[in-house]
Amino acid sequence: MSLKAGEIQARLEAKFPGTIVLAQLEAIDPFLVVDQGALLEMGLSLRDDPELAFDTLHCLSAVDYLKEDRIEIVYHLSSLKHRHWIVLKVHLPRVDPKIPTVEKIWPTANWHEREAYDLFGVVFSGHSDPRRIFLPDDWAGHPMRKDWVWPEEWHGIAVKPGKQFAERASEGETLGVGPFD
Amino acid sequence: MGIATTARVYKDLEPDSAYAFKPEDLEDDEMILNMGPQHPSTHGVLRIELKTDGEIVKDARPHIGYLHRNFEKHAENIDYQGVIPFTDRMDYVASMANSLTYALTVEKLMAIEVGERVKSIRVLVSELQRIASHLLAIGTYGMDIGAFTPFLHCFREREKILDLFEWLCGARLLYNFNWVGGVSHDLPEGWTDKVLQFLSEFEPVIDELDDLLSLNKIFTDRTATVGIIPPDLAVAYALSGPNLRGSGIKWDVRREDPYCGYEKYDFEIPVGQGRYGPIGSCWDRYYVRVEEMRQSVRILHQALDKLPAEGDVHEKVPKRVKPNPGEAYARTETPRGELAYFIVSDGGLIPYRVKGRSPCFVSMSIFHEIARGEMIADIIAIIGSLDIVLGEIDR
Amino acid sequence: MKRPDLEAKISNFLSPLVIAGAGGFLVVIALLPKIAEMIRTQLQSALSPTWASVVNIALGVGATVFLLAQLPIFLIWFERKVAAHVQDRLGPMRVGWHGVLQSFADGIKLLFKEDIIPEGADRPLFRIAPVLVIMGAFAAFAVVPWGHGLIISDLNIGLLYIVAITSLGAIGILMAGWASNNKYSLYGGMRSAAQLVAYEIPTALVILVVVIQVGSLSLQDVIASQSDGLWGENRWLLTRMYGLNLIAFVIFFICGLAETNRNPFDIPEAESELVAGFHTEYSGMRFAFFFLAEYGAMWLVAGVAAILFLGGWVGPYFSGPLVFFLKTLFLVFVQMWLRWTLPRLRVDQLLALCWKYLIPITLAVLVAVAGLSVQAS
Repeated sequence: MSLKAGEIQARLEAKFPGTIVLAQLEAIDPFLVVDQGALLEMGLSLRDDPELAFDTLHCLSAVDYLKEDRIEIVYHLSSLKHRHWIVLKVHLPRVDPKIPTVEKIWPTANWHEREAYDLFGVVFSGHSDPRRIFLPDDWAGHPMRKDWVWPEEWHGIAVKPGKQFAERASEGETLGVGPFD
Repeated sequence: MGIATTARVYKDLEPDSAYAFKPEDLEDDEMILNMGPQHPSTHGVLRIELKTDGEIVKDARPHIGYLHRNFEKHAENIDYQGVIPFTDRMDYVASMANSLTYALTVEKLMAIEVGERVKSIRVLVSELQRIASHLLAIGTYGMDIGAFTPFLHCFREREKILDLFEWLCGARLLYNFNWVGGVSHDLPEGWTDKVLQFLSEFEPVIDELDDLLSLNKIFTDRTATVGIIPPDLAVAYALSGPNLRGSGIKWDVRREDPYCGYEKYDFEIPVGQGRYGPIGSCWDRYYVRVEEMRQSVRILHQALDKLPAEGDVHEKVPKRVKPNPGEAYARTETPRGELAYFIVSDGGLIPYRVKGRSPCFVSMSIFHEIARGEMIADIIAIIGSLDIVLGEIDR
Repeated sequence: MKRPDLEAKISNFLSPLVIAGAGGFLVVIALLPKIAEMIRTQLQSALSPTWASVVNIALGVGATVFLLAQLPIFLIWFERKVAAHVQDRLGPMRVGWHGVLQSFADGIKLLFKEDIIPEGADRPLFRIAPVLVIMGAFAAFAVVPWGHGLIISDLNIGLLYIVAITSLGAIGILMAGWASNNKYSLYGGMRSAAQLVAYEIPTALVILVVVIQVGSLSLQDVIASQSDGLWGENRWLLTRMYGLNLIAFVIFFICGLAETNRNPFDIPEAESELVAGFHTEYSGMRFAFFFLAEYGAMWLVAGVAAILFLGGWVGPYFSGPLVFFLKTLFLVFVQMWLRWTLPRLRVDQLLALCWKYLIPITLAVLVAVAGLSVQAS
């Protein structure tokens, strides 16, 4: 039986009172911002509760909000049985972000978390294989961060590319013009 | 390992941690074998490190990242329509599906509703792309198992589809076709007749493929007892598409969460039934793809019938794609599984964050679970049955 | 597409020569008994008997070696054309008229390639391995008869000699796999050793089936016992024994495929798994040796199958080397056809097929044939 986001929130608040920091149910994809400490228990409950049955972690993404000085980990959960969705978010500080791993609950999180570590520098405590996944193991830095600076070279190979759109836009070039203007 | 060039420009490129298995931990008869990154059958630049005891694999660890272009960082520097060619290059075998998913996500973000003709064209093109992608998957899978001929028969048919696409939008493999709010070109005069002609030539080929490859005893012996993914493991690892359906779970986004008008089309969802071995074997996943091609032909006939004669494909394309601040997440059923994009917009012309959730990334993460205890020849069979494209795994 | 002038000129000049050469080849094969008879009488009148026979044998060896050197050139072109037409395409078309110069072009290319020996490879073994493999394939032709009296040496243990000599190939492959200092080659060599050793047993048992019916290990005697063609008391072995010989023929053919490492048994050189198996590290002329050995062994297996079951050079309407040539060519064509149609067996399935299925069936056929032969005599 497919539940709405509000009902899911109500169930979670009943079980774990005070852990939902923020709830945005009118957004295009309704989401709940939860506390880091309650994440594991909430995840187990979301998966094992027969009425919620969130058996699939569809996507685990990290978003870097430079201006608000936080990194968000976004969990898109879905249920094959009941066909409903919920989005959970956890806010982490940008400096030294740490969060417990959910790979014991949803094994698919293993590689997603390795990607978040590789590209954003988020450390997932308790992870079975905390290695970089895309970049070479001795790469310095985490490229998807907004304040990441291109290094000049790596092992003697020149790495830094030419000017990107953002830089050209800040220099006054008109961008974002569509094909019908 | 290392790159053997005559002039050694790159200083000491190989860090110790490039190997997950250490020679000190090996037992008496075991050997560490590297498959890839250059290898005839690993569908791209994939490196698999095997710890083998004779022919039997004790442990397997895939290493990816050889094709990592960090498309997500590029997407943060280009306007919304300009990201579409980048999405094409993610899964370069089925690019229509990628750009469709991205366009749907941005349209969800901006609450754009496209017209009926655009929806029909998108369905036509998606299903043709599904057939083309499955033909490639089936052909290369046969070649991995050692049957060289179905590869060429499949590619002959795939050529016809690629010719159709070239006529439609000018490109054979990377189309930039699905735009936010519409498609790039309308169907040319006579295109639908050519599609009908192709479909009439194509249906006997699927039956021929059954005789030649799918029901061949050597092929079923090689694949039907190998790479078993039990349904609960499949769900735990968030598999989707033919990989999930091969394990017996009837789940198709086109039926569950329809987009582009798929609720109006009548088609079946093929599921692995364990005909020659346990459910969830490589053969089940492979045969789900063959059956899906048949269903795609059915959908194509219906889409051609239902195609509205009138409609401007550029009608809803916004002059400037500038969504309100917010986030959107949309998914579609690509030939490889459920592809989804998570787009965060800060109200500007350039997306703030684009995350592509690729089905092959998720499929590859199950590999070390199902590869234990199999033989080296089976490793190739398993990789082929998961149908991975490295462009999508590495992004 | 307009081809550059020089290329067109060379092609237009050489293609008719090659085709005429092939035609002339066939004519020589057809007329071989008469030519051999002429040479024999000339020698006997000119030299003493010992010297005459020595020169005769030397000419026979020379002719066989010449033939075995020319055959792969034709067989490579033939295989590529068969492969292409099975796969719904055309094959080599540009290098000469319908690609007839392709093998020559490939041979010249291989001659010019750099001879690379990997750094940690065992150099003596690396060099000897192709020689052993080619020896195993070509030396067996010493006892293969092309016509009445057209045989280098009619050993009275001919079949035993063939089985023994072809085992040398296994050693060569194992050497190649080990000496390359490459894990993939090692896998290929190991698999090949297991496969070849296993499949010699059904081969030998099937040969026993034939020997029981013929009463001799000599190949000329085997053919003499099939001298009546398709009907009659001494007809082809394939049609005798109420179909048991047909089973034996099929088993022999399967074992022959396994002995020459052809698909569906080409696990040792499995292109999609082990890059190129035991000959990964070989380049240029050394690789060409393995290639030649494969085609030579293919021809040998087809030829021996034709001799044992299809009557060799005794045909239904006329006899002679041409008949043998055509029968062997047909069986080689069947081998190629199977290669491009069937997938590959995994190594444990391959060995299970041999030990669990082929050997019991062959033993049963052997017992049945022995029983029927005793009853008949």
